[in-house]
Amino acid sequence: MASTGPTTQRFARTAQAARSERAQKVAKWVFGAMALAMVAPLIGIVTYLLYRAWPSLGWEFLVDLPRKGMREGGIWPAFVGTLYLVTISLAVAAPIGVLAAIYLNEYARDNWFNRLINLAVINLAGVPSIVHALFGLGAFVYAAQFGFSILSASLTLAIMTLPVIIASTREALASVPRAFREACWNVGATRWQTIRAVVLPNSISGILTGIILQVSRAAGETAPIMFTGAVFYKAVQRGDLFPYRLGDQCMALSMHLYTVSTQVPNVKESIPYATAIVLLGSVLLVNATAIAARVFMRRRKRW
Amino acid sequence: MGGSSRIVEVEGLRLAYGIKEVLHGISFAIDRNEIFAVIGPAQSGKTSLLRCLNRTTDFIPSATVSGSIRVDGDDIRRVKDVFGLRRRVGMVAPLPVGLPMSIYDNVAFAPRCSGMTAKRELDDIVERCLTQAALWDEVKDRLSSLGTALSGGQQQRLTIARALSHQPEILCLDEFSIAIDPVTTMRIEDVLKGLRREITIILVTNLVQQARRLADRTMFLWNGEIVELGPSEIVFSDHPADRRTYDYVNGIFG
Ligand SMILES: Nc1ncnc2c1ncn2[C@@H]1O[C@H](COP(=O)(O)OP(=O)(O)OP(=O)(O)O)[C@@H](O)[C@H]1O
Ligand SMILES: [Mg+2]
Repeated sequence: MASTGPTTQRFARTAQAARSERAQKVAKWVFGAMALAMVAPLIGIVTYLLYRAWPSLGWEFLVDLPRKGMREGGIWPAFVGTLYLVTISLAVAAPIGVLAAIYLNEYARDNWFNRLINLAVINLAGVPSIVHALFGLGAFVYAAQFGFSILSASLTLAIMTLPVIIASTREALASVPRAFREACWNVGATRWQTIRAVVLPNSISGILTGIILQVSRAAGETAPIMFTGAVFYKAVQRGDLFPYRLGDQCMALSMHLYTVSTQVPNVKESIPYATAIVLLGSVLLVNATAIAARVFMRRRKRW
Repeated sequence: MGGSSRIVEVEGLRLAYGIKEVLHGISFAIDRNEIFAVIGPAQSGKTSLLRCLNRTTDFIPSATVSGSIRVDGDDIRRVKDVFGLRRRVGMVAPLPVGLPMSIYDNVAFAPRCSGMTAKRELDDIVERCLTQAALWDEVKDRLSSLGTALSGGQQQRLTIARALSHQPEILCLDEFSIAIDPVTTMRIEDVLKGLRREITIILVTNLVQQARRLADRTMFLWNGEIVELGPSEIVFSDHPADRRTYDYVNGIFG
């Protein structure tokens, strides 16, 4: 500038500054309101469910069997069934998904074959669950002759969650800066040494988040398990933690919710809501654990 | 060890990223225990040249290299242990990168990767390398704190310490001083002068003065071709062999 005014003028509030300050305030409020708009339905849903479910809620409801043609009693077989399905499906999908993602992100060269795999992963992640259900029916129940069983249902859920786990794991891996990898390669580290020393420790929290998010998906889907191994009713020992074997059919929360809401007349009114609360509660519990784990590991994240 | 006085021999080296060629068949040789400077404007291929020397071009899918590079007589394309090659050719990248691990682990990383586990030996290496990189006094009391928590200049010296930790025969420094203050730069330059008794140093630098101060010979690289290569006294004199060298060194390039 050619001439500088008196120093008091130098930092005076200009019209431009006032305008941008106003815009900044408006933006903050708009974003804040949107965030709040997200929270409101959640609170609404949970409150409503709790209110309707209240008469049935309690320890008894969780550990008891459904009674009188599912019109009364609890949900233990369905609860344990869902535990089985989710645990087994993730035990299959998580290791395969993470290892595949490491291969795709860290080792694979950019050629037509790996581009094909990429394309397949992205598209598989978008396939509707009912299609996975049909595939599971054909592949596991009939072709592999696992029959209608926990095994078939879990594998179907695994196939459904696998591409999403691969995609989210890749994202987590890709968020580790390339400069770290190059620094390792420059001192003669192999790819695997680099992955172990730098890439994995700094992406593990993101990888876990991706996997945990699939818990709610696996627990909530009805179609894939209905086609492959979940049944309306199956009697088990009250409170028994290991009532099923892999070849058995099982009950599941999502399916049970569907049954008591639409298939059985004269169900005690609070039972469907209480079932929903158990489903929601278990998923939220898992998510909360995941968040705690992530906070713990974020503290160990080091840049 | 080969008996030859040439530690690096480059012949007809071409490097292309995809269809874009950035080194157009260059040939030169570097003597054992000399400080060899590479100067040249941005984009002239200096960093790319260093990548060829330790074969980190392998990690760039689009890169294709042809021509031959011999390190100590071995054609680097034929070396069986490319990781061993990278340990023989230390590399300091232009941007400081403290790895997200403790300062100690940063320096002990390379020895550990090559299988060293003895605590005593590692301690010795860490102290020696940090001292050589003029960082020991600043960090000796907090070796367990994070390498990423150091200041930019400290991280750069940490990078140098890491490159020294695997006892390279050749040390490549790519514009190592852009994040370091002049005083520390001088200290490291002194270290380099001391190191040349044991190893060969390739110094890529944009600071013409630095090359003049340190280098025995200087190569002026321009658009992927060697314009001039000769003793620093001549390259930086008033009458270098090529007019363009004079213009570049004196800042009237363009
Ligand atoms: N990974 C890469 N992929 C594609 N092109 C690249 C890559 N790295 C470098 N290049 C290109 O190669 C040319 C030479 O780059 P290089 O980094 O070797 O130059 P430089 O001499 O080190 O420049 P500077 O002084 O700015 O560091 C540039 O045109 C650059 O765009
Ligand atoms: Mg460069």
